[in-house]
Amino acid sequence: MSAEERPAALVTPTDWRRPGVRLGLGGAQVLLLAALVVVGLGPILWLAKSAITPTADTIGHPMALFPHGSAWSNLREAWVEVDVGRYFWNTVVLAVGSWLVQIVVATTGGYALSVLRPSYAKVINALLLMTLFVPAVVLLVPLYIEIVHPPIVHHSLIDSYWAVWLPAGASAFNVIIVKRFFDNLPREIFEAARIDGAGPFTLFTKIVLPMSKPILGVVSVFALLASWKDFLWPLLVLTDPNKQPLSVRLPTIQSQTELGVFLAAMFIACLVPIAGFLIFQRSFLRGSGMGGAIKG
Amino acid sequence: MDAIAEIEVEGAALARRQYRVRRSPLTWVRGGGLSTLLFVLPRLLAFGAFSWYPIVRTVVMSLQHTNLVESPTWVGFDNFRAVLNDPLLPIAVKNTAYFAFLALIFGYPVPLAAAVLMSEARRGRSLYSVLAYLPVVIPPVVAVLLWKTFYDAGSVGVFNTVLGWGHLGPYPWLQSQSWAMPSLVLESTWANAGATVIIYLAALTAVNPELYEAAAVDGATLWQKVWHVTLPQLRGVLLVTMILQIIGTAQVFLEPFLFTSGGPANATLTVLLLIYDYAFGNSLGGDYGMATALSLMLAVFLALFSLAYLRATRSWSTE
Repeated sequence: MSAEERPAALVTPTDWRRPGVRLGLGGAQVLLLAALVVVGLGPILWLAKSAITPTADTIGHPMALFPHGSAWSNLREAWVEVDVGRYFWNTVVLAVGSWLVQIVVATTGGYALSVLRPSYAKVINALLLMTLFVPAVVLLVPLYIEIVHPPIVHHSLIDSYWAVWLPAGASAFNVIIVKRFFDNLPREIFEAARIDGAGPFTLFTKIVLPMSKPILGVVSVFALLASWKDFLWPLLVLTDPNKQPLSVRLPTIQSQTELGVFLAAMFIACLVPIAGFLIFQRSFLRGSGMGGAIKG
Repeated sequence: MDAIAEIEVEGAALARRQYRVRRSPLTWVRGGGLSTLLFVLPRLLAFGAFSWYPIVRTVVMSLQHTNLVESPTWVGFDNFRAVLNDPLLPIAVKNTAYFAFLALIFGYPVPLAAAVLMSEARRGRSLYSVLAYLPVVIPPVVAVLLWKTFYDAGSVGVFNTVLGWGHLGPYPWLQSQSWAMPSLVLESTWANAGATVIIYLAALTAVNPELYEAAAVDGATLWQKVWHVTLPQLRGVLLVTMILQIIGTAQVFLEPFLFTSGGPANATLTVLLLIYDYAFGNSLGGDYGMATALSLMLAVFLALFSLAYLRATRSWSTE
């Protein structure tokens, strides 16, 4: 997976010595880098700049760099007066809960079906994989009805964070990447541990969990990011504005506040995912490439 | 020969006996059956409650009239008939197909070219990847609302200002029926292309270098190597990303919902937006029957489309 270690194979050093290749390919790569900076980074830099620019300047001269000074007050106003602080906290609580549910479901299920392998594992795996072929839209309405009128519980889960946390556990992406990883763990270690007298719980906590750190990193970053990005589901099941996450609040904030403060709120909403990505980029890029391998 | 066969028969009988012994509940618990079930339980509950059960419910609800107040009544295929007679349906289907088509034109070749160039960079490969992936981690709501600001149709909108430097525009972007959909696709491509680039990069590292060496020995030029080695080796991934992109864009919701609410004049009304409108758009109570009927039709169409696609491409997807 690590592109850095791979020797260049398509373009050989001999190729690179040719002036045509050096100019054409090298030039294309420099252009691509410039385009990526403008396209990938540009909008985010503009958002960062506009978050601390007075509204009048952003409206009148959107591409000018602080023509009349900066307005750091936008950030404070967004955080305090528009209550972004509260929505930010809601987003964190939703993300952490969804992450926890996904980790529990993914690790225990993966362990049971890939390591313990009961006779019925095949049936369950088939049923799990089947859900991959059902587009998410099919689930939307019945899931919503289920939250409004849950069977057995008979108490509406609308405006409860459980309505967001629990469904997050049914992630087919997690099933697959965890299964792939657990299936390939060396079985001799489990046999050795069993002979040493380890029961299924010891085997899980002392051997399987510590071995699965890399895959748990991938599951974690995608669980947290997906929750941070989620919009439609929390919009439907969290109707109380005081409980809604940032992404659900932003369209309302846009209609109720001045542009500068709104852009500051948007900038705050981006900070955590961007920082998380820059810190854990290896897990992100590995998981994303794995997504392709699964799909392939 | 006979002795071996006898041993095998005996062995099989023994195995059968052991199997029968294991069926007793107590030995099942002793053998770890219960603890195994305990470990499977979270996943069974999560998928049972939030995936398998809702899938079945969709089918049931599509045949019922439900309004959450009275008990549901069976109405046969009335919901499907009502959806098919909705004059908005052909518009939504046409717009969704247009979105998917534009998304392929905008977003399919560029990530591939970018990934090939990036994988041959002699330094800073991770810088390329990080820059390409950055838009993917931006929350989609932020991305859409930010681009909505960029698309301001006035002459001082962000895009119109930049294009104005080249004496172009101002363009109407989201406010014109013909410009709205391409504008949505442009933002969607920006937000999603990075993930595809990373998938291609991973697939490129899996190409066997010996193939390139063999091609070089045969005197292949750089272009010939790309055309005759790289692209054929990526064929499988390329085919899959294409069908996945089509399945994904057929379910586009956020962009039309937040950019235009389906306007102007239904120019960006998509199938998912219609489903949302059936179920949640009416403050007097949703028509869940019609919503589930349309979502089922979309799912079945996508399944049949994928099957046909796989069948059509099978002959040239296997190496």
